Amino acid sequence: MSTATKARLGVIVFPGTNCDTDTWHALHDVMEAPVEYIWHEDTDLTGFECIILPGGFSYGDYLRTGAVARFSPVMNGVIDFAGAGGLLLGICNGFQILLEAGLLPGAMMRNVGQTFVCKYVNLRVESTETPYTRAMAKDAVLRIPIAHGEGNYYADETTLAELKRNDQIVFRYCAPDGEITPGSNPNGSLENIAGICNRERNVVGMMPHPERCSDALLGSSDGRLVWESLLGAS
Amino acid sequence: MAIEPRMWRELGLTDDEFQRVVDTIGREPTPTELAMFSVEWSEHCGYPRSRTLLALFPKTGKYASRVQGEDAGGVEVAPGLTVLFKMESHNHPSQVEPFQGAATGVGGIIRDIFTMGARPIAVLDPLRFGDLDEPLARYLLRGVVNGISFYGNCLGVPTIGGELQFEEPYRGNCLVNVMAVGVVQTDKIATSRATGENNPVMVVGNSTGRDGIGGASILASHEFGEDEEKRPTVQIGDPFTEKCLIEACLEALETGAIVGMKDMGAAGLTCTTCEMSAAGEHGMDIDLQKVPRREADMEPWEMMMSESQERMLIVAQRGREQEVLDIFGKWGLNAVVVGRVTADGVLRVRDDGEVVAELDARALASPPVYQLPAEEPSYYRENQAVDFADLPMPEDMTAVLRDLLSSPNIASARWVYEQYDHMVQTNTVVAPGGDAAVLRLKGYRQGIAVTTDGNGRYCYLDPYLGAQLVLAEGSRNLVCVGAEPAGVTDCLNFGNPEKPDRFWQFKRCVEGLADACRSFGLPVVSGNVSFYNETPDTAVYPTPVLGVVGVLDDVRRHCTAGFKQAGDVVLLLGETHEDLGGTEYVKRIHKRVAGRPPALDLEFEKKVQAVCLDVVRQGLAASAHDCSDGGLAAALAESCIFGNVGARIALGEHAAGVRLDARLFGESASRIILSVRPENADRVKEIAAGAQVPIAALGEVGGDELVVEADGVRRIAAKVAEMQRIWSEAIPSLMQQ
Amino acid sequence: MAKARVVITLKKTIMDAQGQTVEKALQNLGYENVRNLRIGKFIEMDLNGAPGEELTSRVDEMCRKLLANPIIEDFQVEIEQ
Repeated sequence: MSTATKARLGVIVFPGTNCDTDTWHALHDVMEAPVEYIWHEDTDLTGFECIILPGGFSYGDYLRTGAVARFSPVMNGVIDFAGAGGLLLGICNGFQILLEAGLLPGAMMRNVGQTFVCKYVNLRVESTETPYTRAMAKDAVLRIPIAHGEGNYYADETTLAELKRNDQIVFRYCAPDGEITPGSNPNGSLENIAGICNRERNVVGMMPHPERCSDALLGSSDGRLVWESLLGAS
Repeated sequence: MAIEPRMWRELGLTDDEFQRVVDTIGREPTPTELAMFSVEWSEHCGYPRSRTLLALFPKTGKYASRVQGEDAGGVEVAPGLTVLFKMESHNHPSQVEPFQGAATGVGGIIRDIFTMGARPIAVLDPLRFGDLDEPLARYLLRGVVNGISFYGNCLGVPTIGGELQFEEPYRGNCLVNVMAVGVVQTDKIATSRATGENNPVMVVGNSTGRDGIGGASILASHEFGEDEEKRPTVQIGDPFTEKCLIEACLEALETGAIVGMKDMGAAGLTCTTCEMSAAGEHGMDIDLQKVPRREADMEPWEMMMSESQERMLIVAQRGREQEVLDIFGKWGLNAVVVGRVTADGVLRVRDDGEVVAELDARALASPPVYQLPAEEPSYYRENQAVDFADLPMPEDMTAVLRDLLSSPNIASARWVYEQYDHMVQTNTVVAPGGDAAVLRLKGYRQGIAVTTDGNGRYCYLDPYLGAQLVLAEGSRNLVCVGAEPAGVTDCLNFGNPEKPDRFWQFKRCVEGLADACRSFGLPVVSGNVSFYNETPDTAVYPTPVLGVVGVLDDVRRHCTAGFKQAGDVVLLLGETHEDLGGTEYVKRIHKRVAGRPPALDLEFEKKVQAVCLDVVRQGLAASAHDCSDGGLAAALAESCIFGNVGARIALGEHAAGVRLDARLFGESASRIILSVRPENADRVKEIAAGAQVPIAALGEVGGDELVVEADGVRRIAAKVAEMQRIWSEAIPSLMQQ
Repeated sequence: MAKARVVITLKKTIMDAQGQTVEKALQNLGYENVRNLRIGKFIEMDLNGAPGEELTSRVDEMCRKLLANPIIEDFQVEIEQ
């Protein structure tokens, strides 16, 4: 990634996306980075260095969350973009869409407690070898909120083994002291997984919302570390 | 088709009302016209029984209001920025189908906000059910919370507050009130007036089906009989469509091509066409065949009565239709021109060209106004005479406190609000769980605080005083977080107004509220009335629920309710008297709902609030929390629990002559607990003294337990961890059954 | 005109938390002998054509592409006139 302020960032908007303005605000107003919206029907993604798929309920989460958005016109371009090494970040619903599109391995299921959960959680940084975590310290504990009804990550044994072998687990839910415990798992996610990356490490998906804690006024500014990593300001 | 008595009676019109229709239009109505009158003149749409009293509410206050005669109202909170808000009820549908009833309640109230060009930024849900020990209450609570979660989360509007109250009289008639808040540039507020001859009239959003037919007049305009299992077609909510509708409507309004817009709530097409025409002093000519429908064989009267959700009526500028239609098309929404505005003030409804209704819009929009008799019930006088001289004094006050903390009326509501996305839009500065939520306004120094409040028990025991206590508490909650109260919305939930004792309750509540609002200088900017919350056995407690919005001059200067640091001094603003009537303590421990609610001196309340606001704004308070359910002891316990730290309290001379249980658990009004750094204590006492507000130093924050001493004896000693556990687990453990 | 009916269920190896919750609720209501309750989705649609291999394979494709997530779901297709 080249020098920070030159980066062209895009935030995709699908019908039903509702965290697009929050994400744009974190990047544009808080981080003062050049960012624009990408409508789900746009097919020309030239010039973008990083594309973010934000949270929300694209297509109402109908059928399965992310299942319909995955076929939006913009997604062909997104898949090519990822193949060419472009940076992708999927947050919450964005993560779900990346999974449905096969850009990340595994699948998302309903929270084991059957209800939507909105609260702050503790995340342990499992890998700093991604564009979104390189400004963090390995094993650091961050306070970032979640808000989802389907954050129960699943992958079969082979996939899980591969994720571990290639250091693809990026965040895990943990206790305040960093220990990975069942009590700190808010949704039943396999091995407390809260975020992963692909083998090439240019695509990351995370269930928690860094854009909701980029500003101390809102309770935590740990989310800033994601943007700082991305923009190279550390 | 000849009009027969059973037709208008089935639609909910009395014989007198039918005669009035005939007199108004000078002939017998067509079936479609009859349906239109039945819904437009129903209590839910026309407010015939409450209109006169509602006129008592003040409409102006310190903060300017730029809105007149629209669905929602508001106040200007920063230069050029208006906050609109309104609360509505969806009681009857939620009792019948809690999930969809509550979900569509959210949908409906949010439409009232964005129809005026405002971006919805918050939802609050004050909810009332029967005792949570009963499976029915748990079933309803679960369904309602799921419904609100389903709809609100999908829309991306944070649900930031609300209340839970559980009382026997709500058992067969739950109260599901939903409040929505939105922001809009003052000069961009949209209105719902149909003007401009030949301007196109469009229907946008979901197609029209048989949802809720008769819901307006049949459901909400009389009680549920024991054997009358009313399961009319309940409306089904589609939040995805509504989200697209929000974006499309706001985008379309930006173009300037929209003359007027109104959302279809109760009575759908009838209400919108009629009221937009009347407000604009024009008429409309529409053809129902053009309106997208879900079922092919719908009759005109069904089309006019349908309450299908997520639909709007738009009047656009002639020549600019396509701009508007394109925007809705982009968002994947139906948008069709169904007619045009006319200059003759007549609402003309066609079915494939043939006229099926032709009514003067203003006549239709003018329901009769009823002056119903009000009669003070005997229970009221009897209750006023109740005193608690013989009330047994509990031995173990710590046990009483534990019991109160486990009451679902006091216990943590986290089980509820964790199911709501309360952070989306990244404006939530103070989250649910405290006295009030605080939201920032991006781009502005100011912020707003919002809270909802109600107390059915107080209002049952003394409607006039009870309603005033509700306003006092709501505004007191706001000053605790550092906001100056600016405006009120009301949702008035009552029984059958045709019964003189119920109407008396309504009248007295409205009068009490109007007087208190006037005294506080607070306008009632919007509101809703829900009558007939009654089954043959019981009526609900008279329950006016208020949403109060306040302004923080600098959103960074806010305060929360939890104690912060060991060594902080605990101060109490206000006075404690023997105020046991209607309290949670007397109900839960002594199993009685009786007595006069706490006395209220409006001038004193204002002074206490002003001191608190001043102290918080000057950054002198570490915490501020008002005393309400469970009294002083419960409030102290909550501040310990929120702050995860104990306190050593000695009541000393404070209320020394008052009986012990009233000192600890009585619910005297106008009291706020402040905790301050020791070096600030004197300054705070000076501020209080300067305003002639009593202030008592009660003790100090610190340790791991709450200890309260009175008359030299330790009365309460409870570990914070234990109180935390009881308070947190009360509702989840009941809901797990 | 043919009618296709598709039933989509979670793979047997995946824990069906929703199913378990509902099973428990039934047991609490007195239906004690309920076991192995699983919850899935039911989709039906009208299609041009006659039941046969071609139509079945087309619906299978719809399932694999969109209607089901093969990582966590299985599907069964039935087509009739």
